[in-house]
Amino acid sequence: MNLRRIIALMKKDLKKTYREPAVLFLLIIFPIVLTIIFGFAFGGIGDGGTTSFDVGLLNLDATSPQADWSMAFVDNLTDSEVFVVHAYEDNATGQSALLEGNLDAFIVIPEGFGDSIVSYYGSPIDPSSWTNTTIGLYVDSGSMIAVSAVPPLVQQVLMNTVFGSDTMTLNLPIEISSPALVESSTFSQWDFMAPGIFAFASIFLTMIVAQSMTYERDEGLLKRLRTTPVSSADYMVSQTLTYMIIASVQVALVLAASFAIGYRPATGPAGIAFTFVIALAFSLVAVGFGLIAASISKSAEVSTGVSFVFIMPQMFFGTFMPLGGATEVIAQFMPSKYLTDAVTTLFLRGAPITTPVIWTNLAIVSILGFLLVAVGIVLFERFGSR
Amino acid sequence: MSESAITISNLTKRFGDLTALDNLCLEIGWGELFGILGPNGAGKSTAVNILNTLLEPTNGSATVDGHDVVFDPENVRKVIGVCPQEPAFYPHLTGRENITLMGDMHLVPKDVLESRVSSIVEKIGMEDHINRPAKEYSGGMIRRVSMLMALVNDPKIALLDEPTVAMDPKSRRAVWDYIRELRMQGKAIILTTHYMEEAQELCDRVAIIDEGKLIALGPPTDLMETYQAKNLEQVFLKLTGKKLREDV
Repeated sequence: MNLRRIIALMKKDLKKTYREPAVLFLLIIFPIVLTIIFGFAFGGIGDGGTTSFDVGLLNLDATSPQADWSMAFVDNLTDSEVFVVHAYEDNATGQSALLEGNLDAFIVIPEGFGDSIVSYYGSPIDPSSWTNTTIGLYVDSGSMIAVSAVPPLVQQVLMNTVFGSDTMTLNLPIEISSPALVESSTFSQWDFMAPGIFAFASIFLTMIVAQSMTYERDEGLLKRLRTTPVSSADYMVSQTLTYMIIASVQVALVLAASFAIGYRPATGPAGIAFTFVIALAFSLVAVGFGLIAASISKSAEVSTGVSFVFIMPQMFFGTFMPLGGATEVIAQFMPSKYLTDAVTTLFLRGAPITTPVIWTNLAIVSILGFLLVAVGIVLFERFGSR
Repeated sequence: MSESAITISNLTKRFGDLTALDNLCLEIGWGELFGILGPNGAGKSTAVNILNTLLEPTNGSATVDGHDVVFDPENVRKVIGVCPQEPAFYPHLTGRENITLMGDMHLVPKDVLESRVSSIVEKIGMEDHINRPAKEYSGGMIRRVSMLMALVNDPKIALLDEPTVAMDPKSRRAVWDYIRELRMQGKAIILTTHYMEEAQELCDRVAIIDEGKLIALGPPTDLMETYQAKNLEQVFLKLTGKKLREDV
């Protein structure tokens, strides 16, 4: 490989990004426009459009000797300002209200809730001596935002109830579905959607890579390059690095546009730096899919359609809100889901950079990226370059 | 530097049942401007594409500056400049950027590259248009830029596949002058063309190929004398007939 050749090829591709109006729009203008439009539509601008959740509550531990704990939990739910708490006397009425769409979620504090916490403090390092209980949590599956936001928010309130303001990641004798850490605050719908924009913007790299490769093949440019001393490795590395740079620019633009409309992610410089890193890893995924699309496409026009085979599932299942049900299972196979998850954990839940789940997400995206690029190169060299 | 610029021995290329080249043997020397002529589908471009390493022969061998095109393609690519039949260029780049890109691929020293690009652009009269995006060029301009992309590395051997198609007479003359200058520098030049007057005017020797076979070889004047023709076009028509054929 030769650095000068790689840089020259990268310059050639980067110039295309700002000289070809269609490419400029899709890769640079589109992420900004998308961010601003979604910001307007979902309340990211100014003070408008904040979201709170109507939550039904049934406290089955209200009369126990340790009722102070369940009362504190209810108070914390109410004080969070995210939840509007409605007390219910029995399970059937609460479930009915949820089914009728009057509630976003229904929480059942079990008998023995206070005992569980007391048993924990009696022996914090010996789980075998704890009295285990489970908080019942039912969420309106028709509300994408509620499905995404309520479980981690309830978890956060529980942590605050047990440990005070110092949130900790420890085992407890009380279970709820999600173990994520959430910064309790008043959210707008935009707060839930913003992390998905990063994946959404980068997904379209796949189409540009596929179009670019098939165009160069069809116009004889690849053949021309192959009559020079440039190697396949030079060419493929230049393509990959070019689109990594574009992905970084996209992240910067989405961040800048988000900030401009008032969005403030619940993370610091380290979290933002991590977002750039995982976006770079995701650009490998996009390049890999682009190469595969180019390999099986007869022309640049066909490659556009083929690219959408890779783009659409990632768009619907891997960005923005989880759709619930079977789609959650499908989403596990979407690389964009792991990017969105990591950014959501950082930007929405305010998790620290040391949170294991984001590094797991980064590892998954990186491994998938390298694998897809490798498969793409093999396929393109074998079937797509002639 | 090897004794011969190009040596072709029993070169055969088959595409399925079609024999595009059939036991072609040629030797081309340094400082020689060699024309390959033939009707559409005769195998001219196939021969050039084997020499520029894009195709591998089915049988036989070819060496370029002593390097085997199959076993040592990297070194072949270092010494050749290739102007393809269909001009391949990046439309979003300017003419200068297209030419410079090829110079970068050949690792032409940076300090040499800029002045060389300016110099060769001037030789073929493109200096007024060279900084415009290539997508705005006429067909003739694109051909000229495509040729300069092939020659910016100052190759020892130039493979020019119909380089003057779609050029106006003035541009064509400028290109001819430039090709002659390259020959004077001792380079070997292979030129395929459909313009018989171009081959007659420029080439030291021509090979006429038909259906993959070499049917005539020699200086244009010798061939005209041998076949009692007034010009090379008459020689060509006598040897290949007038039936229309498709490209391979």
